[in-house]
Amino acid sequence: MAESKRAVERPLSPHLSIYRPQINMVMSIIHRLTGGALYFGTLLLAAWLVAAAMGEQQFALVSQIFGHPLGILVLFGYSWALIHHMLGGMRHLLWDTGRGLSLRAVDILSWLTIAGSLALTTAVWAIGLSLRGAL
Amino acid sequence: MSRRTPLAKVRGLGSARGGTHHFWMQRVTAVANIALVCFLIGLVLALAGADHATVKRSLARPEIAIPLLLLVLSGVVHMRLGMQTIIEDYVHSEGRKVAALMLNSFFAILVGITCVFAVLKLSFGA
Repeated sequence: MAESKRAVERPLSPHLSIYRPQINMVMSIIHRLTGGALYFGTLLLAAWLVAAAMGEQQFALVSQIFGHPLGILVLFGYSWALIHHMLGGMRHLLWDTGRGLSLRAVDILSWLTIAGSLALTTAVWAIGLSLRGAL
Repeated sequence: MSRRTPLAKVRGLGSARGGTHHFWMQRVTAVANIALVCFLIGLVLALAGADHATVKRSLARPEIAIPLLLLVLSGVVHMRLGMQTIIEDYVHSEGRKVAALMLNSFFAILVGITCVFAVLKLSFGA
């Protein structure tokens, strides 16, 4: 059955492997990747809330894991993914209204998304670290 | 000639019987999440490095617990819809797709209820 279908060689539209990477394409892929990562990252929020509800010992354990260099790396990645996905989402909401769809606008918005997410994530961590007196 | 009944046409639900519900809920929760995620970032910044007693007391306050509950609910609905789209895009075998969609719902609901339970426990006396 599958054989007979394949016998008809239909023309295919060019796919990812044909195109040179473009910023809007890369941002689209990152939007989906960050969304998928945030899906599992919700477990971090759940762990924090559950530990706080369980008691001092459990909270100390989770705080210790989050404070470990690897934990900090994961939290940094989570915070960047969250902010990046939020900015990318705002871009989509703007597009939903029919605005910002010219090639030039799409390019500018894409660059603003990545620059904005990196700047905001850095700012959030700078504030957090300076509040704790670590900066 | 269309075989669709006038009633089916006017309901506008299409072959998936869902109409624009998925799209619309994704947008509604997205807008809510903008405000709620900003709240979460502020909360985490305010509580970074705080001891257990402080965190417990803060999370029990209604002006913190309520937005936190809203974030969990809105976030879980949003992430379930998003993962559903990813599954529908990449999992083509019918059996595996249905199983993945079920697991997606189970995961989202489990994480959501767990977070809600934790916040309510803190609020009503842990």
